[in-house]
Amino acid sequence: MEDLKPTPMKKKYFTPVVIGLAVLVLNGLMFLLARFIFGIGAVTNLDNQHPWGIWIGLDVAAGVALAAGGFTTAALGHIMHKDQYHAIIRPALLTAALGYTFVATSVMIDLGRYYYIWHPFIMWNGNSVLFEVGICVIIYLAVLYIEFLPIVCERFIGRVKLPGFLKSLNNPLDKVLRILDKGLDKTMFIFIIAGVVLSCLHQSSLGTLMVIAGPKMHPLWQTPILPLLFLLSAISVGLPMVIMESLITSKSFSLKPEMHILSNLGSMVAPLLGIYLAFKIGDMVIRQTFVYLTTFNAASVMFTVELLFGVIIPLRMFMSRQVNKSPLGLLIASFLVIFGVFLNRLNNFLVAYTPPYEVHSYFPSIGEISVTVGFIAFEILLFRIAIMIFPIVSVPNTSVQRTKYSIRGGAQ
Amino acid sequence: MVNQSRRDFLKTAALAGTAITGLSSKTKAAPKNILSEDRMGVLVDTTVCIGCRKCEWACKTAHDLETPSIEAYDDRNVFKTMRRPNSKSLTVVNEYKNSVEEKFPINVKVQCMHCDHPACVSACIVGAFSKQENGSVIWDTDKCIGCRYCMVACPFQVPAFEFENALKPDIKKCDFCFERTKEGKLPACTEICPVEAVTYGRREDLVKAAHQKIKNYPDRYINRVFGEYEVGGTSWIYLASREFEKLDFPKLGKDPAPGVSEAIQHGVFAYFVPPVALYALLGGVMWINKNKKKSENEEI
Ligand code: SF4
Ligand code: SF4
Ligand code: SF4
Repeated sequence: MEDLKPTPMKKKYFTPVVIGLAVLVLNGLMFLLARFIFGIGAVTNLDNQHPWGIWIGLDVAAGVALAAGGFTTAALGHIMHKDQYHAIIRPALLTAALGYTFVATSVMIDLGRYYYIWHPFIMWNGNSVLFEVGICVIIYLAVLYIEFLPIVCERFIGRVKLPGFLKSLNNPLDKVLRILDKGLDKTMFIFIIAGVVLSCLHQSSLGTLMVIAGPKMHPLWQTPILPLLFLLSAISVGLPMVIMESLITSKSFSLKPEMHILSNLGSMVAPLLGIYLAFKIGDMVIRQTFVYLTTFNAASVMFTVELLFGVIIPLRMFMSRQVNKSPLGLLIASFLVIFGVFLNRLNNFLVAYTPPYEVHSYFPSIGEISVTVGFIAFEILLFRIAIMIFPIVSVPNTSVQRTKYSIRGGAQ
Repeated sequence: MVNQSRRDFLKTAALAGTAITGLSSKTKAAPKNILSEDRMGVLVDTTVCIGCRKCEWACKTAHDLETPSIEAYDDRNVFKTMRRPNSKSLTVVNEYKNSVEEKFPINVKVQCMHCDHPACVSACIVGAFSKQENGSVIWDTDKCIGCRYCMVACPFQVPAFEFENALKPDIKKCDFCFERTKEGKLPACTEICPVEAVTYGRREDLVKAAHQKIKNYPDRYINRVFGEYEVGGTSWIYLASREFEKLDFPKLGKDPAPGVSEAIQHGVFAYFVPPVALYALLGGVMWINKNKKKSENEEI
């Protein structure tokens, strides 16, 4: 096994892409401001027919699913104890922490009375699926931050250097970090398992969310096994998400991709995706909903695209050894899975939702799209900052970076 | 050592498994609304309604909502489009062509149905909605956080949101004149109706009365009381001369709307056993894998 060590990346922060992203963030912020001054109705296309739009269907539902890399890699690396995957845990953890932060923020801006966001903590409704999702997500977010703390400790222990009059705090702060590090080291397994349990709970409950909409939801998607489908798809999108991220990070920091790890991950995706597909098809056969596929409309097209490009084609790709060995093949296959789950959430929450008195259908407004795009851009920018400050990305433990890396030792 | 602990572990896991299945099969799906036998309701007879829309005016007046003068409601042009209750009108009357007798169009008053097993009550994240003993389903402004899940859940697409309000948007819907009936007054719309198309009374009695009407005038009504069984029964029930679905009533089954989701939710959370069992299971797997690594020092 070769020696990989998480190291802060050293490179210029600002690139043309980064500046472009920053512009998108600013644009989103302006619409966000408008939402708080003029209300939800002024910025979004929501109305009494369509109470939820992309801020819930995309930012929250798809956001939670795409942050699933955090718990799948934690399960793989820590619980199954496959040490060779430790290199991917930190980037996945960071993505999850950032992802869930944005999920929580999106929920907040979508609430009509955002300043009451704390109400669910003291006003419980155990029958409400939304209540369960909300509580699980918030606790999981806290768990993610705790899981991230050791990385902060590792970076700053012995290196706390506050400027100016804060200097006197340097020593005590260092001590706090040391105590924290020690305590966390012994108890971390509690949080890791809790994180996986909480993820399984809310990933599936996110599916239960739309069950109560009953006949308002197109039968192609409305099924009592929605929670299972959501959980299975979240599990199968976790690794592709990690693969894609890793490939993009290596590209953007001119590192050589860790192909031996990524190929192994890739080979695990096929069986997971296969199980998901089996349940999805099985559900369709049992409920005989395939009849809806014979008519040509938005629902049938979206369903077919979701299944074909988001599940079947990437499944076939991940089954091929050649694809698993090539970075480009892995990138495309992973992207398709991500696209598929993204589309699935969008379909479940927006396309499938057809209220009985629908006068016109919903399409997101410029404002909604701007805010969502702004959030995603902001998340990418923060990810870039974080991997430059903290030891997240693993590089071979040889000299100090700046040039390209070659992988030593036997790749499997 | 490793084998020993693994066997123990499997035993525990199996035990936990039986516990989960045993418990979750016992949890009941039905929402635990304690429904009063004496809960009130309203019988809407769409064959009697003349579409004068006085109820719309009375409802707005009773709820301090902005309204034109009562004379303005004589304008029948509004019937050209199908309207829905919204944050500014809690009830509306629509008109449909009568294919048998053109002269007598069919008018249908629409408002919250005050379900016996309300989806909105089950869904609300903070429990802002509640089913009262007298049958009304009401909303508590002090709790609501404006998430609009109630709107997603309601099978009749009733709750409306003040999308234009940036500071403190409300959920608006017919509250069965909860404040009025508390004081012994009639719901405003039933009080003003000049032809008694909307009758206030004990739901049980109203259901009986409705069936009696059908029996007495079989030519006038179709043999169905809408709301008697739909989504587990509603406090407001309807009579009509033709199929309800043709009058824009939603097509609904007899099961309570929240039934399936609550069954799933309570199955997953049966006494917190499944989450705790999963926690134990993962903990066990983690421990075994760790030990295995130590003792055998190789990968699986
Ligand atoms: S009609 Fe809708 S809002 Fe009224 S009680 Fe039923 S579920 Fe609630
Ligand atoms: S909008 Fe208010 S009443 Fe409706 S579900 Fe959310 S918190 Fe409950
Ligand atoms: S019962 Fe009261 S709130 Fe409901 S429609 Fe009638 S007047 Fe309006």
